[in-house]
Amino acid sequence: MTELLWLAVAGVVVLLGVVLGFVVRGERRLGTPAQRAGYATLHTANLLAPALRGGLHGAGSGKVTAQLQSLLGTPGVLLADLAGVIAADGVDEDHQRMLEAPVARAVGAGEPQVLTATDLTCPRGAACDLQAAVVVPLVVDGAVVGALVAAGPSAAAGLLRLASEVAQFIATQLELAELDRSRRRAAQAELRFLRAQISPHFIYNAITAIESFVRTDPDRARSLLVQFADFTRYSFRGRDQFVTVAEELRLVDTYLELERARFGDRLAVTLRVAPEVLSVRVPSLILQPLVENAVRHGLEPNDWAGHLSITAHDVGNDAVITVEDDGAGADPDRVRRVLSGREDGDAVGLHNVDERLRTVFGEEFGLVVETGVAAGTKVTVRIPKFQAAVAVP
Amino acid sequence: MSSWTIADMAAPLSVGAVVLVTVATAFIGMRGMRIARTPADFMVAARQVPPLLNASAISGEYLSAASFLGIAGLAMLEGLGALWYAVGYAAGYLVLLATVAAPLRRFGAYTIPDFAEGRLASPRLRRWATVMVLVICGFYLIPQFNGAGITLQATLGGPYWVGVVVLGVVVTTGIASGGMKGITVVQAFLYWVKLTAIAVPAIVLVMVVTHPPLASVELPAPTTFAHATLVRFPDATRIDVTRAVTVTASGTVDGRRTRGVLVLHRGGHTVGAGASLRFPAGSPAPGVSAATGVGGSWSSPLLHLDGFPGHRLAATYGVLLATVLGAVGLPHILVRFYTNRDGQAARRTTAIVLLLVSTFYLFPAVFAVLGRMEAPSLYLTGQTDSVVLALPRIMVAGLGGELLAALVAAGAFAAFLSTSSGLLIAMAGALSHDIMGRGVRAFQGSALLFGALVTTAGLLVESVPINILVGWAFAVAASSFCPLLLLGIWWPRLTRVGAMWGLALGGGASSLAVVASLAGFGARGWPALLLGEPAIWTVPVAFAAMVVGSLVTPEEVPANLTDLLVTLHLPEHLRRGGRDGGDRIIHRRGPDDREEQLRPAGAPRAGKRPERGTCSGAPELTGTQKEGSR
Repeated sequence: MTELLWLAVAGVVVLLGVVLGFVVRGERRLGTPAQRAGYATLHTANLLAPALRGGLHGAGSGKVTAQLQSLLGTPGVLLADLAGVIAADGVDEDHQRMLEAPVARAVGAGEPQVLTATDLTCPRGAACDLQAAVVVPLVVDGAVVGALVAAGPSAAAGLLRLASEVAQFIATQLELAELDRSRRRAAQAELRFLRAQISPHFIYNAITAIESFVRTDPDRARSLLVQFADFTRYSFRGRDQFVTVAEELRLVDTYLELERARFGDRLAVTLRVAPEVLSVRVPSLILQPLVENAVRHGLEPNDWAGHLSITAHDVGNDAVITVEDDGAGADPDRVRRVLSGREDGDAVGLHNVDERLRTVFGEEFGLVVETGVAAGTKVTVRIPKFQAAVAVP
Repeated sequence: MSSWTIADMAAPLSVGAVVLVTVATAFIGMRGMRIARTPADFMVAARQVPPLLNASAISGEYLSAASFLGIAGLAMLEGLGALWYAVGYAAGYLVLLATVAAPLRRFGAYTIPDFAEGRLASPRLRRWATVMVLVICGFYLIPQFNGAGITLQATLGGPYWVGVVVLGVVVTTGIASGGMKGITVVQAFLYWVKLTAIAVPAIVLVMVVTHPPLASVELPAPTTFAHATLVRFPDATRIDVTRAVTVTASGTVDGRRTRGVLVLHRGGHTVGAGASLRFPAGSPAPGVSAATGVGGSWSSPLLHLDGFPGHRLAATYGVLLATVLGAVGLPHILVRFYTNRDGQAARRTTAIVLLLVSTFYLFPAVFAVLGRMEAPSLYLTGQTDSVVLALPRIMVAGLGGELLAALVAAGAFAAFLSTSSGLLIAMAGALSHDIMGRGVRAFQGSALLFGALVTTAGLLVESVPINILVGWAFAVAASSFCPLLLLGIWWPRLTRVGAMWGLALGGGASSLAVVASLAGFGARGWPALLLGEPAIWTVPVAFAAMVVGSLVTPEEVPANLTDLLVTLHLPEHLRRGGRDGGDRIIHRRGPDDREEQLRPAGAPRAGKRPERGTCSGAPELTGTQKEGSR
């Protein structure tokens, strides 16, 4: 007993040692001077890059100017965009005012400006350590978006060369930031496009079914119309990309109600849901296309002889939703082609859902389809209960 | 340790009750999913969990062996000051209600590592948090198994390991086989089992104890100590030794201060307050002549834990800090809040949990007092943790006692089942999500692994009071996740680096203190206090580390801080609908999806989402038309 406890103590001590080792790892004096110089420069640049990825305005924090100072080796650093100073370090108000005109010139002409002690008439005279400065424009995609100022005791050619390279580096990062934003916009646009696809078959069938009740059972027709309105509104709404599983199930119910109008009570559906899954957030219109797919391709060809089963429950930190029918099934190779988008067919719903799940949650969260001809179909969706990128806009 | 002879009065009823609870739990676990076959059922099944059900589930998962057996046992052993544990366990939900429940739900985080990663944008911090989840749940899970061992020992009479292994097998297979679906309903059911199982016997016993002939109940004398047992005497006690025995004594025995080996001859001896005797294995347990009183230091309101009598106020604060703040950071409890529909529902749920949990904690105190008056023999065998189980049979003779004992045994087993499954799911979820690679297989594998590990560990910690062990789990949670959550939600300047410092220093120091204390360091004085109640210094250390670490790394404040704070604090119905941004006016989310101007403060809120069937077409259609005509 005591030996075991001692072992446990030793184990925890070793573990803490390892953890602390990671924490206080800090500086290591490794390599030749050239290696260290290269490391120091690239390390600073790498620290700089993430802050610049938010765009020039994201550079407003003190971190960027501090890193720039160590890259440039000058006491004063200033970043400006077309509207004025964004961030400055080591440059006081007086010098900022003095630099306004040169910055405007650099931005206007797109040319670097070199300022000497005669340009910067500091009231403190020779005691001031900002006797000279280099102003370099920041050119992103061919357009000037701002300027970088390096101010120090002297403005040698070496400083101009270095400042130009640093400006080039900043511009590259800003271009990458822009690229990032466009990529995200493209993904959003694709999601919006995918969501807008609602099956035309279904609209036609639903309206026909409602029409058949208008004379014989006006009340039923009216209630079906309300359901249909619900359904289309849900499908078309643009802003709420994420809904709860509970809302998705309500939509499935509306959908099934409309299908029942056509096929009566032959449509047998069982839902088994663990209540804790109901609040999981999913991209909207994930579940209904799967159910529609099962109805359309599983049960309808078999003249509705069959059974549809929907389940949802927890597995660890994920929720698992399955839609299963014991109907016609399909050739697995064909399903594979549909999922990879190589065959459009009319099972476009599956591909669409698969694509959106992968875009939103990552490649590992695609659909899993188990099927065979005349063996029914089971589609499994795995949804992470939390995904950092999804939780916060 | 078959000495304690409750088991000798064969207890088929208790065994039956334990089996019944297990079977009912398994049944609900397998059938706990809502099933719908008709359209009407469908809508009921898709309705989100109401706060009362969810609160019952949270309370069910929360009330563990420590609450069911441990508090009464510790209070009987050390004095009524131990009831501070109960106060802290319940009061923690007040902190949770005021500061964490709603923001955490709004954030959408399922686990604490989720929150850490989402709030501070750091996968590495996430892994650190995962390790802390495993540590806290591990500390918490072991005493559950310990409790199961004690319970089955007291009801079945078998050896200690039987209960540990039975619980391990039941819980592990239940989870690894995927049989624990619909865990919300399972946990809610187990809460009501537990409340019934402690409230009914407590009320009956209070009624019985006022009737005089109670003393005539023959106490079965304990026979022999199965292994070397340290018996502590909180008060001066007179014991009857049936056969001469050599003990290791410390304290006043027969009027002489003794320290070391001592031979107790046959006959009566007086043992002074605060003394302890270690009886060797196989020696006959002495009888107690005089019933112990409920007055004196026993009923002092301050915590009186053996080892540091001098710092009782500090120890009390240590326990309160650990339990109140620890309840905020328990990984297996916080996942249950995800089941709420939104932040407001989470807050309502927490308020109900506070009520349910507080109601439950009224009863352990009853058992502690009655146990002290009526079952002093438990002191001698060091089995005060089983007072809740033993008392009904000691105080009520015949079938009535048997029935009550069976009820209590069922409740105790319900406590182990609910808390252990919650903890095991949390551990397996954490390991499979962050370390083993996600997926059903990884989850099942992790559940099996931890089930086996913890069962083994449960076999090793037979002699530490349940409540102390659980108290330590709370101390570690209070020193790691509590600061992470409180600062993460309420302090915008928290950074990744600060959070990591806090987790490493607070969580590391408290874990180390717990392990050191388990290993027997710090027997007396301040070291005993600082190691035995680490929360009193590790909680401030954790907060300070997070604040300092954050202040020295201001550049690490996440770039999307405003979005994070809006997600945490703005009620859902006021949020901008679009996750895809866009500068539209704020509108109310709901199934009708109409845009609505924000109402001025104080104006009545729009009603709940319309029920299907009652939602008339007309106003809905105007909504659609408005949208269409824009």
